[in-house]
Amino acid sequence: MLDLSKYQSIGTALKDALDQFAGETCLIEADRDREKERLTYRDFKERAHPLASALQEAGFRAGDRAAIIMTNQSKWLISAYAIFYCGGVLVPLDYKLTPDEQWQLLTHSGASVLITEYPIWRQLAASRSRSAATNLKTLLVTEAPPNVALDDARRWEEFRGSREPNFVPRTRKDPATIVYSSGTGGRPKGCVMTHENYLEQCVALTSLYPFAPGFRYLSILPTNHAIDFMVGFFGPFICGATVVHLRTLRPEYVREAFTKYKITYVSLVPLVLKNLQKGLQARFDALPPGKRKIFNALVSVNKALTKGQPRLGLSRRLLKQVHEAFGGELRAIIVGGAFTEPQTLQFFYDLGIPVANGYGLTEAGTAITVNDLHPFRSDTVGKPLPGMEVRIIDPSPDGIGEVSVRSKTVMSGYLNDPELTAETIVDGWLMTGDLGRFDSWGHLQLFGRKKNMIVTEEGKNIYPEDIETVFEGLPVKEFCVFAANYIWPQRSMVGEQLVLVLHPEPGQSFTDELRRDISFRNGRLLNYKRVHGIVLFDEDFPRTASLKIKRNVLAERLAQLDRATSVLFL
Amino acid sequence: MRTIDQTTREVLDLASKHFQLPAGSLAPDDDFFKKLGIDSLQTLELLSRLENHFGIELPDYEVQGVSDFRTLASRIQSRL
Repeated sequence: MLDLSKYQSIGTALKDALDQFAGETCLIEADRDREKERLTYRDFKERAHPLASALQEAGFRAGDRAAIIMTNQSKWLISAYAIFYCGGVLVPLDYKLTPDEQWQLLTHSGASVLITEYPIWRQLAASRSRSAATNLKTLLVTEAPPNVALDDARRWEEFRGSREPNFVPRTRKDPATIVYSSGTGGRPKGCVMTHENYLEQCVALTSLYPFAPGFRYLSILPTNHAIDFMVGFFGPFICGATVVHLRTLRPEYVREAFTKYKITYVSLVPLVLKNLQKGLQARFDALPPGKRKIFNALVSVNKALTKGQPRLGLSRRLLKQVHEAFGGELRAIIVGGAFTEPQTLQFFYDLGIPVANGYGLTEAGTAITVNDLHPFRSDTVGKPLPGMEVRIIDPSPDGIGEVSVRSKTVMSGYLNDPELTAETIVDGWLMTGDLGRFDSWGHLQLFGRKKNMIVTEEGKNIYPEDIETVFEGLPVKEFCVFAANYIWPQRSMVGEQLVLVLHPEPGQSFTDELRRDISFRNGRLLNYKRVHGIVLFDEDFPRTASLKIKRNVLAERLAQLDRATSVLFL
Repeated sequence: MRTIDQTTREVLDLASKHFQLPAGSLAPDDDFFKKLGIDSLQTLELLSRLENHFGIELPDYEVQGVSDFRTLASRIQSRL
């Protein structure tokens, strides 16, 4: 692994890694059961330099912003490296957003370059919101069929400069990326992350979960997500490890990838981990009684022998078939993006597969705490990573208060939003809006949220303000969307849901027609953004002088209602 | 060559079988996340079954954001 303390930027560290590990396998890309590509670090450099050169010839300069909207694949990482090579600021956007949302964030980010895939480009080009992105100068599209016209966009594969590019150095305090933690449809939250944020986070994470040449990371979480960017790109690259991309994320191909590529680490969101648990449990339950008895006994032995710390070699021998199904070399499953239920974590640990669960947010530079597995604790999100100062603000008598963080990994602020930045980073401390407390072993436990938002099991942050536009024009006096737990606090991080609060016109009743209208609008939202219930509230919403809804005051009033009887499910 | 109506019918039949629902209980405009109460992963499993049935490959991006059977059938139809 490179000694990152000597580096000023992501770009310089990656540049040295490509030379130091030139002959190692850097990327493998598979589509279903076909391996499409296998690149060494040398190949990677040879692909990236002509792109960097062409970007420079097109006028892309230090500090300019370039967005990537792509599924996980080699061209994502090659493009990102080319951007860093030119001293640019990367804007990684979620390919799962709608085209309108993508244009909105592109416009907000001020990106002058967009690199995307043809299927995504087709949808982006057809969107009316495109006209707003006036800053965009260079549009690059990968994998476009040979006979299609791309209008003002250019083919990524043909966008190659004629000269060797000039490497543009950056300093630790310069912005490296703008990562949107949320804000589509509402107030965009573009976290400006510095090179230092990444360098420090990488040192902290790899101290617990190291990479090395020969290690293979299966990249499933979208690379625009802070976790995959760190453990599916920067972390493995500065250690000479291999990243495996799958173009099709069907469960059968993911399963096959584990054994085919002998995966060392994988990152998953809780939803996928839980699904994996269900599948395994079903297979264990289907064992004949005799075999099941032996299997359960082996799990018990493994559990007893790994109580203090994981013993991978031993677990792999004891529960050979289970480990072979995962390729036999899996060291840990990294889970993130949302809260994972302790029972799921324990299930895997008992099988000898440690799950690196933790807690973090984009604003903090990915992870704040991670379970160090010494010993494994399924009921906490682990201890603060090295370099993280974590404290609990205004704790209640039982020690629960808002989690706040101070660290070199914390973002420099929200793009173009000093007011929100000042509310979020107070005297150098990042206010997370999450509620937690430390136990006597220094492990952090989480107990719900102080803020009006939800995080789905798929790791999506949903802010109610972001989805309200879809309900605009509803024939009611006024409406507002809330996280149900914000109105009726629950000390839980799972099963969070959104509710639509309606204030009908005087004398208006809640008709089937209105319910259908709401359902129809709700159906236009991506499935994980939908509201689950309706609350009828027959009072005027409290508003500010500028007529904005005072959400906190309204929530206090709504809290007087009984949750069980007030929420009408859609 | 199947018509879009045939394809839609076959998609509905297969989805009913896959999720063990009575035949005819699904309609083209049903939102499958809501109607079947499934998540994005279960949708991927259904897609694999549909691919086998129709003998096509349906890239993940083709079904990105699709949540009703009618649109799903049209995406399949374009690849037949």
